[in-house]
Amino acid sequence: MDTKAFQKIYTKITQITKATCSLRASGIGYDELAVVNGKLAQVVKIIRDTVTLQVFGGTEGIPTNAEVTFLGKSPTIKVSEDLAGRFFNAYGEPIDGGPAIEGEEREIGGPSVNPVRRKQPSELIATGIAGIDLNNTLVSGQKIPFFADPDQPFNQVMAMVALRAKTDKIILGGMGLTNDDYLFYKNVFDNAGTLDRIISFVNTTDNPPVERLLVPDMALTAAEYFAVDKNETVLVLLTDMTLYADALSIVSNRMDQIPSKDSMPGSLYSDLAKIYEKAVQFPEGGSITIIAVTTLSGGDITHAIPDNTGYITEGQLFLRRDSDIGKVIVDPFRSLSRLKQLVIGKKTREDHPQVMNAAVRLYADAANAKTKLENGFDLTDYDQRSLDFAKDYSNKLLAIDVNIDIDEMLTTGWSLFNKHFKPEEVGIKQDLVDKYWPK
Amino acid sequence: MSTKGKVKGIIANLVVVEADGPVSQNEICFIITGGTKLMAEVIKISGISTYVQVFESTRGVKIDSDVEFAGHLLEVTLGPGLLSKNYDGLQNDLDKMKDVFLKRGEYTHPLDPGKKWSFKPLVRPGDKVEAASWIGEVQENAMPHKIMIPFSLKGNFTIKNIVEAGDYTIEDTIATIVDNESKEIKISMSQKWPVKVPITNFKEKPRPFRLLETGVRTMDTLNPIVEGGTGFIPGPFGAGKTVLQHAISKQAEADIVIVAACGERANEVVEIFTEFPELEDVRTGRKLMERTTIIANTSNMPVAAREASVYTAMTIAEYYRSMGLKVLMLADSTSRWAQALREMSNRLEELPGPDAFPMDLPAVISSFYARAGFVYLNNGETGSITFLGTVSPAGGNLKEPVTESTKKAARCFYALAQQRADSKRYPAVDPIDSYSKYLEYPEFTEFVSNIISENWIDLVNEAKTILQRGKEVYEQINILGDDGVPVDYHITYWKSEIIDFVILQQDAFDKIDQSTPIERQQYMLEHVLNICNSEFSFDSFTEVDSYFKRIINTYKQMNYSDFKSEKFNKFEKELQNIVNERVVAETQISVE
Ligand SMILES: Nc1ncnc2c1ncn2[C@@H]1O[C@H](COP(=O)(O)OP(=O)(O)OP(=O)(O)O)[C@@H](O)[C@H]1O
Ligand SMILES: [Mg+2]
Repeated sequence: MDTKAFQKIYTKITQITKATCSLRASGIGYDELAVVNGKLAQVVKIIRDTVTLQVFGGTEGIPTNAEVTFLGKSPTIKVSEDLAGRFFNAYGEPIDGGPAIEGEEREIGGPSVNPVRRKQPSELIATGIAGIDLNNTLVSGQKIPFFADPDQPFNQVMAMVALRAKTDKIILGGMGLTNDDYLFYKNVFDNAGTLDRIISFVNTTDNPPVERLLVPDMALTAAEYFAVDKNETVLVLLTDMTLYADALSIVSNRMDQIPSKDSMPGSLYSDLAKIYEKAVQFPEGGSITIIAVTTLSGGDITHAIPDNTGYITEGQLFLRRDSDIGKVIVDPFRSLSRLKQLVIGKKTREDHPQVMNAAVRLYADAANAKTKLENGFDLTDYDQRSLDFAKDYSNKLLAIDVNIDIDEMLTTGWSLFNKHFKPEEVGIKQDLVDKYWPK
Repeated sequence: MSTKGKVKGIIANLVVVEADGPVSQNEICFIITGGTKLMAEVIKISGISTYVQVFESTRGVKIDSDVEFAGHLLEVTLGPGLLSKNYDGLQNDLDKMKDVFLKRGEYTHPLDPGKKWSFKPLVRPGDKVEAASWIGEVQENAMPHKIMIPFSLKGNFTIKNIVEAGDYTIEDTIATIVDNESKEIKISMSQKWPVKVPITNFKEKPRPFRLLETGVRTMDTLNPIVEGGTGFIPGPFGAGKTVLQHAISKQAEADIVIVAACGERANEVVEIFTEFPELEDVRTGRKLMERTTIIANTSNMPVAAREASVYTAMTIAEYYRSMGLKVLMLADSTSRWAQALREMSNRLEELPGPDAFPMDLPAVISSFYARAGFVYLNNGETGSITFLGTVSPAGGNLKEPVTESTKKAARCFYALAQQRADSKRYPAVDPIDSYSKYLEYPEFTEFVSNIISENWIDLVNEAKTILQRGKEVYEQINILGDDGVPVDYHITYWKSEIIDFVILQQDAFDKIDQSTPIERQQYMLEHVLNICNSEFSFDSFTEVDSYFKRIINTYKQMNYSDFKSEKFNKFEKELQNIVNERVVAETQISVE
């Protein structure tokens, strides 16, 4: 980072913790950036003449006589069309060997969209994956995470979704990505020949964790540029938000804040909401859709990170290995897209809502039958049929390797109903049964 | 001279100020940074330091920035024009802000100062009045809006003069009143009131007893709320709190609906913005938006203003109650408000209570709920605020401070169960755990026996018993196996399933099913109980499932049809035929 000539240089740090350092300084603005011993830092607290800085690169090796200069501004990014196709680190510096971006400098983490200037999301995002399109339909302007244990193939599914979704730009915000995963994304985007509509901000496991805190705001400020200034549709991928939240807790714990549940800061809900609420549909056509990853530990969704996330996002997608068919499926019970009712049966065929609900209900009957079986009870004929249905349903619709259009998903649904059940067992409106039940 | 001050510390939106004069707790002040004034509220005073929470981002604020104290508490402006408005938590009119993004320090007028209202006086010179007396009326969205003597005036007054019927703005003087010492006070159509102070200009607040129809069967039939009642809806994320509240806001038999979107999703508010101007209030034929005010302080908007938003909403509700109207206020989610309190309390380094919430959380919640209620106004008319808040318990666990504190304050409890939501049994209100204390009020029993039927409460209790028994036998069946229990157990279980599927479950997205008038609820409950009280005979349990599924399926078709329409009657007949296949002769239902 450059420092300007007239800037005052401080050299007396009075306190250092793992993520922060403090010094005496005056005329400093809250949120302002500073450089401490060559490392970027940001003002997080000012009490009289004592300024506390959060050092993004960590405080290892910072001496008490380190040089500290203040930059007189909060973190920024330069935006222009040139962002397309480029890879950056958490500070927005190129890591692909290309030139620095020329463009308008904008503060990251800017203000929220006035809710009355939003438009209700209504554009369906098709992914070909029936576990998503049929049961948990995505809509532009939505924010939704994958909840997955670390061993689930969430990066693969997310990359697949990104490439199939027809959006003008895809912005990847990588936080604590392993180098392998980073290279995976780079490869997939490369091979798909779509690199020119992809922008990446990446913090890998090789980089200091606190740096991650900048990634979502960088990615979303770039997204706002394309969605607001250029009226483009933008898909933002944020992975892994659990590692982002971990970085938050490192900082807040170092600042002696009272931790709330699971040693997370009490402001976790607001912190995450500020990011996710950047998802928006504008009346002029531009939109920001956020698909994120929140890794779970042992499937525990009551942990503060997935719990707060669930309360913020518009649903969640669960990946689960179905041992009956040996494939990864999108779990229909725990997954939910809350915006789906804006499009299903409206942008899709009229029978979509009822087929979706009926199939999930029958799948639940199968789950009950399975419990009976496990408890050593006899199965009724209906139980047996629902189990058979469940297997077919998993294979032909829920598995993540399915790639068909929505009409075909619905047709598949009806044929499975017909194969295993009688119309009155399915509980769908009579008019629809009359029209779609295979004859 | 107003008090001024200088900034001496900044930690996120908590700012420490040194003032040069008197300041009071909860006083409003403005921090001046780069030509912008940031609104803030005093939350603690300690020695020379005044702690203020800033309702905006504090980015760029510096030590020694100037601070101006306003000399008043956080207040709202009350007057005609509140309806159909979209406000932020501080009552800024969001529609008056032209930018796509909210601009820090931009504050807009909550009403329309230039707009003329057609005023009609209700009093004459010489009439005696007091605070909250109705002195005139304007039509606000075709609804009578009473112009009142400001709530803050103490004592008795006499009308000196009042304007004739005609068009006036909210700032014009429409009356002059004099007090006992002949001091004159000019009255306009708008007034201000501090949001954290309840408006109590009424004669008495009796126990509420009139059923408030919501059209939601699991509430109206099973656990009713009343005009002026309080209730809360706790539930894990995705269980259906917001969908349920939106349904109630659309359908409830209220004159005025105040929706406080408190720290939740912006898209959910946009849904209201989009739908309410289109949807019709079936009782008046006018658009829903015309009776609604929205306070939108979504999760990405400043946290301190989130706390203010519920108070802003409640004060507007109290204003309309004082006009003798039935107000329904909804807040989603009160947990976000509690979290805003927690964030601030942590920054103040106060001694934390359970889960790091402030120690006085239970008191804050209960005094807020206490502002709702049914009242007799001084002029003998009645008014009410029915309040329903959602609670978002961490980890879905109801043993947490916000849920527990709210349980002590609210009279109705609508617990949303994860399991029901998972199996798409919407609304996911747990019929066994939920309750309405109003069912125990004799006043309420009397009221419903007049408007519904003499034996209504008995029927409701009967349905509850069947549900309870169904749950018990279901557990037995699960332990002992399908053929390990008598066939009767299966029948009992399926009878409870009929009540669940036909009465409790309701499709919020189906035009017909979404709202059920009480007359139809009565018809359906009696119908279902009739079947539940019939005896059926089966040789083996395997026949039971498929038979009752057919019954439920036919009932659902009825629910999807217009009440007593040809289609409805057809399915009803079909149902009777199915019933007669298995019913034991003496309990047979006749088919006309
Ligand atoms: N009555 C209903 N009928 C049909 N679907 C429903 C109903 N209630 C809820 N749902 C489904 O559940 C989803 C989540 O509901 P909702 O948004 O009300 O949850 P919530 O409890 O408010 O969650 P959060 O705490 O995260 O805000 C809805 O988007 C909808 O798909
Ligand atoms: Mg909600």
